[in-house]
Amino acid sequence: MSAHAKTRIVGSPVPRKEGVDKLLGRARYVDDIEREGMWHGATVRSAIPRGLIRSIGFDRNIDWSEFAIVTAADIPGHNHIQLIFADQPCLADGKVNHCDEAVILLAHPNKHKVREAAAAVRIEYEPMPPVFTIEESERQDVIVWGADNVLKSFLLEKGDVDSAWVGAAHIVEGEYRTGAQEHLYIENNGVIAEYSADGGVTIWGSLQCPYYVHKSLLAVFDLPEDKVRVIQTETGGAFGGKEDYPSILAAHAALLAMKSGHPVKMVYDRMEDLAATTKRHPSRVRHRTALDGNGKLLAMDIEIATDGGAYSTLSSTVLSRATLHSPGPYVCPNVRVRSRAWATNIAPYGAFRGFGAPQAVFAIERHMDEIAAAIGIDPIELRRRNFLHDGDTTATEQVMREPVILDQLLDRALAESGYNGKRARFAKENKTNPVKRGMGIAAFYHGSGFTGSGERNLNSLAGIDVTADGKVRVLVSSTEFGQGTNTVLTQIAAEAIGIDYEDVMMAPPDTGIVPNSGPTVASRTSMVVGRLIERACLQLVALLRKNVGLGETFSREEFFAASERYRATKGEVVSLCRYEAPPGIFWDDQKYRGEAYPAYAWSIHVAQVAVDTVTYSAEVEDFWAAQEAGRVLNPVLAGGQIEGGVAQGIGYALYEKVLLQDGHMVNNQMTNYIMPTAEDVPPIHVYFVEIPFSHGGYGAKGIGELPHDGPAPAILNAIRDAVGISFTSIPLLPEDLFAKLAVRTGVEEVAAV
Amino acid sequence: MNAGWPAIEFVVNGETRNVHVPPMKRLLDVLREDLHLTGSKEGCGEGECGSCSVRMNGELVNSCLVPVLQAQGACIQTVEGLACDGELHPLQQAFLHCGGAQCGICTPGMLMAAAQLLANNPRPTVAEIREGLAGNLCRCTGFKRIFDSVLSAAAQTEIPMASETHAR
Ligand code: FES
Ligand code: FES
Repeated sequence: MSAHAKTRIVGSPVPRKEGVDKLLGRARYVDDIEREGMWHGATVRSAIPRGLIRSIGFDRNIDWSEFAIVTAADIPGHNHIQLIFADQPCLADGKVNHCDEAVILLAHPNKHKVREAAAAVRIEYEPMPPVFTIEESERQDVIVWGADNVLKSFLLEKGDVDSAWVGAAHIVEGEYRTGAQEHLYIENNGVIAEYSADGGVTIWGSLQCPYYVHKSLLAVFDLPEDKVRVIQTETGGAFGGKEDYPSILAAHAALLAMKSGHPVKMVYDRMEDLAATTKRHPSRVRHRTALDGNGKLLAMDIEIATDGGAYSTLSSTVLSRATLHSPGPYVCPNVRVRSRAWATNIAPYGAFRGFGAPQAVFAIERHMDEIAAAIGIDPIELRRRNFLHDGDTTATEQVMREPVILDQLLDRALAESGYNGKRARFAKENKTNPVKRGMGIAAFYHGSGFTGSGERNLNSLAGIDVTADGKVRVLVSSTEFGQGTNTVLTQIAAEAIGIDYEDVMMAPPDTGIVPNSGPTVASRTSMVVGRLIERACLQLVALLRKNVGLGETFSREEFFAASERYRATKGEVVSLCRYEAPPGIFWDDQKYRGEAYPAYAWSIHVAQVAVDTVTYSAEVEDFWAAQEAGRVLNPVLAGGQIEGGVAQGIGYALYEKVLLQDGHMVNNQMTNYIMPTAEDVPPIHVYFVEIPFSHGGYGAKGIGELPHDGPAPAILNAIRDAVGISFTSIPLLPEDLFAKLAVRTGVEEVAAV
Repeated sequence: MNAGWPAIEFVVNGETRNVHVPPMKRLLDVLREDLHLTGSKEGCGEGECGSCSVRMNGELVNSCLVPVLQAQGACIQTVEGLACDGELHPLQQAFLHCGGAQCGICTPGMLMAAAQLLANNPRPTVAEIREGLAGNLCRCTGFKRIFDSVLSAAAQTEIPMASETHAR
């Protein structure tokens, strides 16, 4: 099997495929592109969280005849942007459900004039009572969505939780909370749209999923498939934030293009992007856990609540992943997870790297340390006694058929970090030092690919072709936004055919050219799409052998010569493959039972933290990440994924707070929404243990989201180790540290200033 | 367009340029819109992210905060002026091989900040690199491979960093 074979290109640190263009400053991001006669669009947004639109007034000092003006009435098809349910309007029609909801669109040849004009539109409302928190939504005094404010709920049950409490030696309860998090890609959302009555809609944009945008536009414009074309431009970061939102933005720009008769560019500025686009779902997770006298888990009763915001968007699938990651990498005979996503009048929350798992992992991994403290066991030992191993079953009764090497990863992470020695040393030093140091860990998995039956439903198609000028092109709608899609897929193709890395390029990410290989999400690209490319290449080689006499062994010249013979006699040289599920897998969507994911990546994080008890600041001084994510296709890119994810996880834990006032984000600038800088991110030590996965591209599993799951619990566990106080909520800012630490040390309130 | 405005003249990447634009127009917009040098990026428009960083008269500036008026007579280097005769600059080489660029949107500004750092301090320590790049945000890399890139470029080069005025 290829996964175990020696490879030339897969596994080597070839430079990023589009790297030179990026380094020369000639990569074309959407705002770098101009179209002939292009106008600029702007959005008039709701100023209130919930209410009826009474009237819309246009300032008389502006000559509105110069502008294209679009309202919901101009939409030729359906006024909704559908991801899973069709509840979110493309433009508010008579009613708004969150602040910064799009109501009216304007376009004008001058970018500054259109922004001024947008500010001069007055909307009068009849306010309705809003709901801002999970708790308010749960109370159901005010119903803002459906019959009961519940966007989605799941129940996962294994064994019999209710009868497990009686015989338990210990029962430990805890509640854990996580806040919203902004993606803060450095390139804001942006698109350019063109429209013609004959040609339909064409979109160029910064986006992750060309076919999601394609599908949304078909509905909004009521057009047949071949009349909508979506082209991804170079994309300056996404992290999930360009999974769903570009569908709305593309529809807006296309409506303006239709109305104005011009190409229209819409590129958000930072304040608009922060206020109006999606973020990570805030969560509250409650654990009730029973253990026997040896510290073995007997029962886990878990209740998850997320804030989904005003429309359902991707909340159901985020909740699903949170549900499936909530029991952690442990064996437990009795598990119950009850989870709900609640509607509020906040801009909808959406996809963000980890997709529900960071919230769930924060809760279980903080909770494990609380259990350890409560029953008097070392937190490392508690985890070891309960780790999943090969052959064990998970909470969904999935049998772990592939190797699970948590103990080995843990040993490695502890040894590399000097965990035990440091813990002992810090305990001694902390007695006299106002800077208290601690060590913390987190153990976790991340399921690769879509949940349950997701990959089968997607039915992805991908492949390669050989062009007349002698290049192999990878044909996928999987997109590059920094994570390395272009590089790893071309590595796989070059390896599988037996040609050079330079012989392979990506076909343009254009729905008019490439097939639908599924969305670029869920850590699925290397594993699922990579495997499709590997198969398509082997299929092409077999085809050339059969039809035009390509030899058993061949040089790259012979391969391209054979391709030309094929083209001359048979036509296009192309090979496509469709997804095939690994054999023997089973998933019950109703009972949430079976193979939740085709594969899991496993990881241990260790954080070393210093808490300054004078300034109440917590700093991550050093960080170690050990993981098994299948075969590493490119060590430089894979390392970069782990480091970047850890840095975002550090931000999630200690820096990044979304402040809302009456449902509107008030710190929607880079000056007051703070991410870690070059001076804040600690050294990050990354270790891979490679076990090729037989159904992934050259043995790869998912890697992109895994590193975001662990830092927050590892860091808060380290803070507990340092100061002996439990913090159960993130982001944990100096004022939060002060609130608890000052009480204990008897510091007066004035010390805060 | 805007021909009524008095000329503002400066040198960009070794070439003298004249623009007739409103004097308060941001240097970033002049570079991108009037001179079609779209390498410099806008991430925030308020001096926080550094993706618009260019070198001006031997200093690193956020071009989103500089009215073009201030650039009168200045000598400016943008990312487009780093490579020489099609040869990647040592920093660009190092970023390519060390993985210093992922999505690439912070990269033009990061390269200029790194070039500025090495011009002032040809053999920086990691702590000095952290400080030198603190005004440039990268959301993708976690910075580690950017530090590696700068270290590697510093180790390889005899500091050809006075390239601001190099002939084209
Ligand atoms: S765009 Fe100039 S600093 Fe962010
Ligand atoms: S490489 Fe994406 S922001 Fe730096």
